[in-house]
Amino acid sequence: MSAASPPPVLDIEDLKVDFDTPDGTVQAVKGMSMSVAPGEVVAIVGESGSGKSQIAMSTLGILASNGQASGNIRFQGQDLLGLSRRQMNDIRGAKISMIFQEPMTSLDPLYPVGDQIIEPLMIHKGMSRAAARSRALDLLKQVQISDPERRMRSYPTELSGGQRQRVMIAMALANEPELLIADEPTTALDVTTQAGILQLLASLNRDLGMSIVFITHDLGIVEAFADRVYVMQRGELKETGKTSDIFENPETAYTRALLAAEPEGAKSPIDDNVDIILDAKDIDVVYGEAPSFLRKDTRFHAVKGVGVSLREGQTVGLVGESGSGKSTLGRALLRLTESTGNIVYLGDELQSLSLGDLKPLRKELQMVFQDPYGSLSPRMTVLDIVEEGLRTHSPHLSKEDRDAQALDALKKVGLDASVKNRFPHEFSGGQRQRIAIARAMVLRPRVVVLDEPTSALDRTVQKEVAQLLRELQSEFALSYIFISHDLAIVRAMADYVMVMREGVIVEEGLTEKIFDNPQNEYTRNLIESSFNLKDLLGSKDDVAVGA
Amino acid sequence: MNSQTDTLDLAPRSRSLLDTAFLRLKRNRAAMASVWVVIAMSFAAIVGPWISPHPYNEVYNNFVGAKPSLTAYPKDDQVVPIAERALKRARVNVETINASRDKVEISIINRTDEPLDPRITRYLVRSDVFADVEMSIDEDDATRARMTADVKKLYFLMGTDQNGRDLLTRILISLRISLMVAGLATGVALLIGVTYGSLAGFVGGQLDNVMMRFVDLLYSLPFVFFVILLVVFFGNNIVLIFVAIGAIEWLDMARIVRGQTLQLKQKEFVQAAQALGVSKFNIIKRHIVPNIAGTVAIYMTLLIPKVILLESFLSFLGLGVQEPLTSLGVLIAEGARYMRNDPYMLIFPALTMSILLFALNFLGDGLRDALDPKDR
Repeated sequence: MSAASPPPVLDIEDLKVDFDTPDGTVQAVKGMSMSVAPGEVVAIVGESGSGKSQIAMSTLGILASNGQASGNIRFQGQDLLGLSRRQMNDIRGAKISMIFQEPMTSLDPLYPVGDQIIEPLMIHKGMSRAAARSRALDLLKQVQISDPERRMRSYPTELSGGQRQRVMIAMALANEPELLIADEPTTALDVTTQAGILQLLASLNRDLGMSIVFITHDLGIVEAFADRVYVMQRGELKETGKTSDIFENPETAYTRALLAAEPEGAKSPIDDNVDIILDAKDIDVVYGEAPSFLRKDTRFHAVKGVGVSLREGQTVGLVGESGSGKSTLGRALLRLTESTGNIVYLGDELQSLSLGDLKPLRKELQMVFQDPYGSLSPRMTVLDIVEEGLRTHSPHLSKEDRDAQALDALKKVGLDASVKNRFPHEFSGGQRQRIAIARAMVLRPRVVVLDEPTSALDRTVQKEVAQLLRELQSEFALSYIFISHDLAIVRAMADYVMVMREGVIVEEGLTEKIFDNPQNEYTRNLIESSFNLKDLLGSKDDVAVGA
Repeated sequence: MNSQTDTLDLAPRSRSLLDTAFLRLKRNRAAMASVWVVIAMSFAAIVGPWISPHPYNEVYNNFVGAKPSLTAYPKDDQVVPIAERALKRARVNVETINASRDKVEISIINRTDEPLDPRITRYLVRSDVFADVEMSIDEDDATRARMTADVKKLYFLMGTDQNGRDLLTRILISLRISLMVAGLATGVALLIGVTYGSLAGFVGGQLDNVMMRFVDLLYSLPFVFFVILLVVFFGNNIVLIFVAIGAIEWLDMARIVRGQTLQLKQKEFVQAAQALGVSKFNIIKRHIVPNIAGTVAIYMTLLIPKVILLESFLSFLGLGVQEPLTSLGVLIAEGARYMRNDPYMLIFPALTMSILLFALNFLGDGLRDALDPKDR
């Protein structure tokens, strides 16, 4: 599919997007040109803030109110930027459709999904209710939702993330658009679900000849899925070309850095003689309350009889999809969530300690959270954030000593002392995660539970943070519980892996053993979806059904 | 480590969320204008009654219901009748009156043959209009006398009320009372509401249940009935207004704060603080309260007009501020009674109140826009 014969479906020339902010004008896109041929899958790749989503927004004329697009966006020869709102509405949804990252918020929770597909058909296409209904059913079948008849009557909350994304795709397909813009459509989904959605998109592209613009930060998807790639950085186009060329022969340093950002390295196993520092047996966590006079049974068994033992200096990786109970288990191990069973930390039974007796141990049992945007109090300075633990555990420290220790911790995580009076919102995601790590490290902990510490970060930043965590581990002989849904990073960080599903451990063992020779069907499926996406999409004949 | 380079390209200036919010507020012209209106009105309310030439409770019997005017009272044609009326009480006959704008000369003769009592000057003094009254009794005939007096210049820019009190001064003092009630009641609501709400929300469980049911209980109390009860038991007192309004308004605040706290509790930074072992009290103090400050500030600016209206309503019913003190509600109630003949008595206080409420609501709106992080 070269640029030779057919005229492009979408042709963008010198697109600039400016945002008017209180701090002056911010240029999100600085002169981007691209084209999409009929039936082509084009990927726009870049890290967060590279302006890739703004291109999609400009194309559909749905920029935020303070945004201004200039340049040329031609769809089938028609300039989209000059169109009135009404003219734009005729194109939007009919000829160009878009699916978003977060399928939950894109569906109205008050109506069954069937109605949400039927209504636009009746309004825009003037179909009768019966005709629209059968068309909606066809669409749901087309996006391979299991049991489409029943799903028509389901409310969005009754559907899983993957099913919702399929419904969104069905709605996008309703008017048989010529171009589908997919903005990180699988980022919020589990890997196995992601594979299913990508297979679906690939088949739609093949069967309907629909062009797809795929916006993502995940190069793994791009390699498996796209014909051509545009690499963006800070609003500028860095490199473009056929997917295979880019991956084999990246020309710019930035692309090379992106490609090299896959987590690497491995941790050698810990000797069996090393002391066990944290030993947990038969952990059960039940959320909700038992039925009573006024209440229905709201109990939910999140973790069911799980045992974990962590040796000094060990990293235990806890993998599983969302809802598998891995985060709950991590929190239960530190008694941030109440649990039953038996957790022993260096001879102390954590669950039977009073809160007062537990407090000194908190110093040694630390946690780093997933969301570097949410885990730092927005109204505190960096120094206050890092010092908070010291204030709690060593109240006798003088201000100078406290500052000195906090600055030392900041230095350890690679941040300059000059950042101390800044507020969290002034930092990038990676820097914030460094601050969060400094907050944990300043107390000199022995066990750290890392709950998806790299999941919200771009790949290149992820690599740095992983490296930092490794360095800290060897310097302070830390033991980690590393929780992640991302198998690549777990493989690089952990020496022992536990695979969790629906509250139970389905398989555990040394990292190498699990990844090279998984015994459990579920584990195999996970590994396949994470590392062999290309093979999955390559076998385009047997497309999996359901999400 | 390569993040060192990252930190270098950060701008050297640090700006907190509050600074950013203030910057946004500054760009909102309507809100900034409201800020100045509120400041000006507060200033007028505090200083105004002191520098006003008329005490708020001074009654000018000669100028009951005087129309608003930029020129001074008494008007030229009023001086003679006022003097005559005053001297009629002194039981003397007026022979001639010479009145100019600022001086009056009167020759009088006693109705009886008794000599004139020099103390009758006080009849003129008492009429509020004349000053420096001098009386020279005729040396030949003690029943005759010549009186001279200065005519005062009295300005009633907004006229006087039906009791002859300067309306401008009364509006200023009522503004003072209204703002004071608003400030204190809002302060009470803020203090109780934030403490109560954040505690209930953060501790949760049974305590939350008990605390919020108590709030529900208070909600079910009819407000006016509650105020009447208070008045019956403790008599009519301005302090009661603070207590009554404060006791009711904190309920909303507590609910809002509780809701916000429940939301914040789920945030990772609160969980992170728990993982650090920070005590509940310190989490509320350091993490919860500063983060709900925005919402609370917004609610507060909207609560102030609500309280002013409530106080006016109570005063309108006669349950609030008592004479001779006054509040905007009382003035409006009185003005409404005389609006057919003297519409200014209604217009001026109503206008004052509208401008104040308008500015406060505008400010609250602007604050919400400035503080709402979703807009970022």
